[in-house]
Amino acid sequence: MTFPIPDGMGRRHFMRHMAAGATILPAMQFINHVKANAQTVRKNQKACILLWMSGGPPTIDIWDLKPGSKNGGEFQPISTKGDMQISEHMSKTAGVMDELSIVRSMSTREADHGRGRYFMHTSYVPNPTVIHPTFGSVVSHELASSRKELEIPSFVSVSGSSMGPGYLGMTHAPFMVQSNGQIRNAGQSNETGRLGQRLAMLGEIESNFINSNRGEFPKAHKEVYQKAVNLMTSDQMRAFEVAQEPDQIKQMYGVGGGGAGMGMGANRFGEGCLLARRLVESGVPFVEVDMGGWDLHNDVFNTLRDQRLPQLDTAMSALVADLKMRGLLEHTTIVWMGEFGRTPRINQNVGRDHWAASWSAVVGGGGLKGGQAIGATDKDGIGIEGQSYVPGNIWASVAHALGIPLDTVHTSKRGRPMKIANGQPPIAELIG
Amino acid sequence: MMKPATHLISQIQTRMLVLCGGLAILSAMAGVSAHAADEAEFSTGSNEVLIKEVNQLIRRSWDDNLIKPSEVADDTEWLRRVYLDVVGHIPPMEAVKEFVASKDPAKRSKIVDQLLDDPDYVRNWTTVWTNHSIGRGFRNRGDRDEVSRLGMDKFYREAFARNRPWNDVVKDIVTAEGNFEENGAVNFILAQMEMPDEGVQLTADFTRLFLGIQVQCTQCHDHPFNDWKQDQFWSYNSIFRQTAKDIQRKYDEDSGRMVVDFVEVTWRNVDQEEVFFERRNGEVRPAYPVFNSHKIDPAKHVDRRKEFGDLLQKDDDKMVAAAMVNRMWGHFFGYGFTKPVDDMGPHNPPSHPEVMELLTNSFVESGYDVKQLIRWIANTEAYNLTSKFGKENDIDNPAAGEIPLFSHMYVKAMEVEQLYDSLIIATNAHKSGSRNFDAAEQQRQRWLGEFITLFGDDENDSSTSFNGSIPQALMMMNGPLVTQATSLDRGSFLAEIASSPGSDVDKVKDIYLATLSRYPNGRELSNIAKLFRSSPNKALAYQDVLWALLNSNEFIVNH
Repeated sequence: MTFPIPDGMGRRHFMRHMAAGATILPAMQFINHVKANAQTVRKNQKACILLWMSGGPPTIDIWDLKPGSKNGGEFQPISTKGDMQISEHMSKTAGVMDELSIVRSMSTREADHGRGRYFMHTSYVPNPTVIHPTFGSVVSHELASSRKELEIPSFVSVSGSSMGPGYLGMTHAPFMVQSNGQIRNAGQSNETGRLGQRLAMLGEIESNFINSNRGEFPKAHKEVYQKAVNLMTSDQMRAFEVAQEPDQIKQMYGVGGGGAGMGMGANRFGEGCLLARRLVESGVPFVEVDMGGWDLHNDVFNTLRDQRLPQLDTAMSALVADLKMRGLLEHTTIVWMGEFGRTPRINQNVGRDHWAASWSAVVGGGGLKGGQAIGATDKDGIGIEGQSYVPGNIWASVAHALGIPLDTVHTSKRGRPMKIANGQPPIAELIG
Repeated sequence: MMKPATHLISQIQTRMLVLCGGLAILSAMAGVSAHAADEAEFSTGSNEVLIKEVNQLIRRSWDDNLIKPSEVADDTEWLRRVYLDVVGHIPPMEAVKEFVASKDPAKRSKIVDQLLDDPDYVRNWTTVWTNHSIGRGFRNRGDRDEVSRLGMDKFYREAFARNRPWNDVVKDIVTAEGNFEENGAVNFILAQMEMPDEGVQLTADFTRLFLGIQVQCTQCHDHPFNDWKQDQFWSYNSIFRQTAKDIQRKYDEDSGRMVVDFVEVTWRNVDQEEVFFERRNGEVRPAYPVFNSHKIDPAKHVDRRKEFGDLLQKDDDKMVAAAMVNRMWGHFFGYGFTKPVDDMGPHNPPSHPEVMELLTNSFVESGYDVKQLIRWIANTEAYNLTSKFGKENDIDNPAAGEIPLFSHMYVKAMEVEQLYDSLIIATNAHKSGSRNFDAAEQQRQRWLGEFITLFGDDENDSSTSFNGSIPQALMMMNGPLVTQATSLDRGSFLAEIASSPGSDVDKVKDIYLATLSRYPNGRELSNIAKLFRSSPNKALAYQDVLWALLNSNEFIVNH
């Protein structure tokens, strides 16, 4: 069952039902923040939004064009508000490129979807001894403890499956949600009275078992349930209600007005970006929004021109503009990337194949310096000129923007020390 | 706390302990079993000498560590545990009633035998080993799947149904070739060959799972904590270098795409005899196929996996046996003799070397008989103790990092399949509201898939720490399976309870028996009575009770 959280399940409503019965005290065990006016999460907290382009986008046609080269393809570059040129089909984003920088010299060696995805998310190459956490889990782990009032999860994954929390544990696993804000199994508002009864009974059984002295495990179970109930009854759940946005904002992101349902061809990625803005506004420190369909081995130019780029352009530019308008951009870092880039050489199906040797990622916001092209590729887009970068450099830059110390170390299950961002330094031009 | 002089007493036999006696010692005996201290030994009814020896050795470690064991688990606690561990689900309500009522002093050993012959034994262990081998994915044979879960299941199902000797099973896995649905054993290899990596993943996972050693650290450097050198990893790896994967694709008319038709594991010649690896200082060295001190002919035409398979079947060094013994002990207790169970080696000596050796030798002598191994473990005294513990053995707390002493059972999280099957057993959830067997089965598979997505993806290799997430809790609280399980519809568990004869108290007892596999105590009954009074109608109250029981920590924990 997937239901958006309706107004009815808010904290006050729940409390009123509870007060009616004698079940109030035992059920209270499950509700930590028992205040009619729950403390609001502090404004302007740091956050990161990862725009994940699943399939490996042809960055040579989007961010680092090579007109005049035989690898140049069908698109022409246009000027932007920043110091660089980008694809003519990203005209709206061109208007916000003063806020974003392009890292043109990514060189990451992993051209396999699974390996590339792992590498770009964790900063580590896949390894049989350990499962590394995706960076969203790292941020959740580092920042969640300072946001006690946050009742919704601290790492949300929109429209995708992200990667796991590895040795940081399930508490920091991504919380999956669809772009329209629907959460699986979130419960129904007409059940609040019953929920109170049930929680009362549950509280008794759990306490009984905890008191039978079998170790810490039963307690840990109860804590997770407490968090889940907090979630179900929290007013902060409104952050997921994308449908509540004013029509004009929705249209800015390419989302149809009126109602939560989305038809075919509607901009789900745009909707996901809008949801990300809402979540970040509510204090969620890391949101990942997936956009698929980038594995363009065939017919790359038509697909980009007619389908991918219009959606991307609308959504991305809207997100930056919207965040800026609300004064959130200076606290919100944005990262755009896929698992690798695509070959400079155009293949016989008018497509491009996997290519990790030289490609682009985009980073901005959060106080990082925008408007620049950092690093470069040669005139045919094949070799790197100057400094090359790996995902650890990107995540180290994000860590810097989020105020997470770069010497933070976690411990894997085998007791091995693991540096965040694999010990890579941040990109100097971004941190200014 | 025992007096200091007792460290000498640990050298003396149990009988002498009683004679030298003191109140402290007598009370320790009383804590261990209800029988007289002298012949002492707790027994499940099994007379095997091996079990008595294991019991004695473990008791000695309690004395050596100055702790007293917890009491023997009561019938309901034990029955639930042994069902979960052997057949993968909680006991049906009737089984609990029958077991509790039985006065047969050998009833516990008989239950162990009965469960070993239960068809769910095969089902459970097939699931356990398929999960170990290929994880929990590949459930719906997708267009791109290069591993057949069906094939892997078939292989293990046959192995467990026929109780095939474990060394034969391991040999079949390592030497496997052919079509992934015809020779299911190849799927272990295929699952480790998903990413092209020169057999690195295959080397690491094979040695870990079947030899109980973790050599992957030595892929890049000498082992940090023991004498193993870097060439050891590459020696194992060179054995696997002749393994190739062949994917046959076909055109699928419906989707218009090329999809996987079948996959095969085949043999291919190596380019050269040695495998080269790089030391950290940049020096390049060769490695040759070697298993412990047994050299395998590196000539290119020699089938290395076949040679390796023969060596593993002979198992001169008893590594295959030891790995299985340790893992099996860990399955039943939550902790093996090393932490983790598959990281044995000079750097990680076993906590109970004599027990380990005794079980390993016996396992070999039995012909690698897996059922027999389980029979021994489940009949030990330690396996029959309660999971409650207190001041007298609170140092025995491996969850807190201490070495396990097995003076009480350790609680384990249910595996996702156990949780799922237990929910079904408790409430027949898939049957209520459904008239059709096939539809019910399909429903079951769908729910299982959803459960696995939410519960089964935890990379946590220890099942003894609860690492639950909010989505799991939400699913248990509001998800379709629990909703169906607590339904009041005709044919549902609750509907049957409601319409059966008997008082409300009887019915509540049945609900407890069906879910927690025990009778409710007085306080619980009176709390429920309160709930009934404050509830608008009785049916809803029953529903709330059942909901709470299914969501409780006590349900989800194997204790």
